[in-house]
Amino acid sequence: MLNNITFGQYFPADSFVHKMDARFKLLMTFALIVFAFVAFNFASLGLVAVFTVFVLLLTKIPLKMYFRTLKTIFIFILISAVLNIFYVTDGTLLFSYGIIRIYTGGILRAVFVAVRIVLLILISAVLTYTTTPTSLTDAIESLLKPLSKIGIDTHTFAMMMTIALRFIPTLIEETDKIMSAQKARGADMENGGLIKKIKSVIPILIPLLVSSIRRAKELADAMECRCYHGGKGRTRLKVLKAGRRDVVATISVCVLLTGIILLNIFI
Amino acid sequence: MQPFIEVKDLSFSYSLSEQEKIPVLSHFDLTIEKGSFVAILGHNGSGKSTLAKLFNGLQLPDSGQVLIDGKDTADEKNILDIRKNVGLVFQNPDNQIVATIVEEDVAFGPENLGFPQAELRRRVDEALKAVDMYDYRKHEPHRLSGGQKQRVAIAGVIAMEPECIVFDEPTAMLDPKGRQEVMNIILKLNRQLQKTVVLITHYMDEAAQAQRVVVMDNGKIIADDTPHAVFAQVELLKSVGLDVPQPTELIYQLKKAGIAFDKDVLTDEECLEALSRKFSEDEHCQ
Ligand SMILES: Nc1ncnc2c1ncn2[C@@H]1O[C@H](COP(=O)(O)OP(=O)(O)O)[C@@H](O)[C@H]1O
Ligand SMILES: [Mg+2]
Repeated sequence: MLNNITFGQYFPADSFVHKMDARFKLLMTFALIVFAFVAFNFASLGLVAVFTVFVLLLTKIPLKMYFRTLKTIFIFILISAVLNIFYVTDGTLLFSYGIIRIYTGGILRAVFVAVRIVLLILISAVLTYTTTPTSLTDAIESLLKPLSKIGIDTHTFAMMMTIALRFIPTLIEETDKIMSAQKARGADMENGGLIKKIKSVIPILIPLLVSSIRRAKELADAMECRCYHGGKGRTRLKVLKAGRRDVVATISVCVLLTGIILLNIFI
Repeated sequence: MQPFIEVKDLSFSYSLSEQEKIPVLSHFDLTIEKGSFVAILGHNGSGKSTLAKLFNGLQLPDSGQVLIDGKDTADEKNILDIRKNVGLVFQNPDNQIVATIVEEDVAFGPENLGFPQAELRRRVDEALKAVDMYDYRKHEPHRLSGGQKQRVAIAGVIAMEPECIVFDEPTAMLDPKGRQEVMNIILKLNRQLQKTVVLITHYMDEAAQAQRVVVMDNGKIIADDTPHAVFAQVELLKSVGLDVPQPTELIYQLKKAGIAFDKDVLTDEECLEALSRKFSEDEHCQ
C-alpha cells in the first residue's frame, strides 16, 4: 500500500549526472529551482524546460520513473493550475457563466504554472534519483562545514540524517504490517469522522513507537560493535571530489542563466 | 591450542535501579580457542546474548574478567582493538545496517577504524565477495531479501578483518533458504578463512555442525563437549527445554521403545547407517 513511493529514491546508473560531485549537484538543483521561479515568460521557462529534459536524458534513468513521480502528485498540479484560471482576466473572454469568467490569459497562466511545477518536481527528482542519500548527507555536511567553526556538530547532524533516510523505508514497511495486523483484528481505518480516524491511528503509532525504540537500541549496539566513536579519525570510502564534469555543468548552468535573463528582458 | 576468548569468574547483572538487579551470569568461566567453532545453546533468557555483549566490551563485568587475546575488555584503551577483533552479528539485519547503499554499509566499520581509501575499497570488495554479494554492492539494502541483508551485515563485520566473529541467532528471522545461505557462510568463515566462530542458536542442526557445543541454562554452563557427546544427553537437554537434532531424537525414541542401538547419532547419514545396520542384524536373527 505504502511501498509505491518513487520520490526520494535512488536509481543506480552509470551517467554523467550520477558521477557529478554531490555538492555541485545540490547547489545546481537549488539554482535550477530558482531559475524556474525567475523565468517570467514562456520563452525563458521553455529554455529551463529544454535544459531539464536534456538533464533527464543524461541521467540514463527510464523516463517512466519520472512520470511515476509526476503521477502521484498530478492532482496537486491540476488544482494549482485550475485555481490560476480564475484569477487572470487578461486576453479575450472565452467562457462566462454566472460569476465564472475564463479568459485566454487565464488558460495561458494555468499552463505556465503547471509547467513550472512539473519542472520543479523533475529537477528535485533528478537530484534524489542520481545521488545516494549518503553522498547527499556528505554534501550537506561538507557545505555546512564552516558552521563547525562556531561549535555546531556537523558530523553528528549528518549521521542523524543518514540514519533517518536509511530507516524511512523500514518504518514504512513496518507501518504497513501493523496496519494489516490491526485490520485483521477488525480495526476500521477508512470510515468515521475525524475523531474516530485519529483514534484509529493510535493503535498504529504505539506499536511503531515501541519498535522504533527497540530498533534504535539495537542499531546503537551494532554501530558500537563496528567501532563507531564519532567523527574523529573516521575516513570515508567515497570522498566527494569535484572534477571536470562539475566545471562543465557549472558553465552550462551559467549559460542557462544568461539565456533566461536575455529572454526575460527581450521577449 | 591457544585461547582467544577467556572468561574468568565473571559475574554480571543488569541494574534496573539502585536496589533492583537482574542477575544474569555468576562465577562464569569459559575459554574459546583460536580458530575453533563453538555453538552456544540455551533457551530464551539464559544469558546468551548478554554473554555475546560481554565478549566485545558492549557490556562490562561486575566482577571477574573477559580477556580477548590476553587483553582485558574492562580497559578503555583496549576497546577499539577488541571490537575490531571480535565482530558481532545480531538477529535482525534491518537493525544493523547503517547506510543506504550496500557497499557504503560494509565500509562503515573500516571507516571508523580510519583506513585510507584504497584499503577501504579492498576490504569492502573482499568482504562482499566472501559473502557472495559483490554484484549487489550498489543496491539499497531495504530491497534485498532477509538472507541477503544478513549477508550484508556479515560482510560489514568481515570488512573489519576480525579474528573472531560471534553470531547471535543470525538465522532466527530468516526463511529456510536464507538460513542455509547464512549457515554456509558461517562454515566457510571457520573452515576456509580460519576465523574463530561462536554461534548462538536455537536450531539444533546448526549447533551439530560446530566442533564444540556449550549448553547454558539460567546463566550457567550445564554441558560443554563435542556435539556427539552433548546431544547424547537427551534427558538433560529436554529438562532445560531444548530439543535434540531430529535423527538423534528418532534413535532416542526407538531406544526408549526397547530397541537397542550401540551408538548415538547426530546426522542424517549416521541415522541411516544405524537403522540399516539394525535391519540387517534383525534379518540375520530370523
Ligand atoms: N537491557 C536489558 N536490561 C535488563 N534486563 C535485560 C536486558 N537484556 C536482557 N535482560 C535480561 O537478562 C536475561 C538474559 O537475557 P539474554 O542475555 O538476552 O538471554 P538470551 O539471549 O539467552 O535469550 C533475561 O532475563 C533478560 O530479561
Ligand atoms: Mg538472545
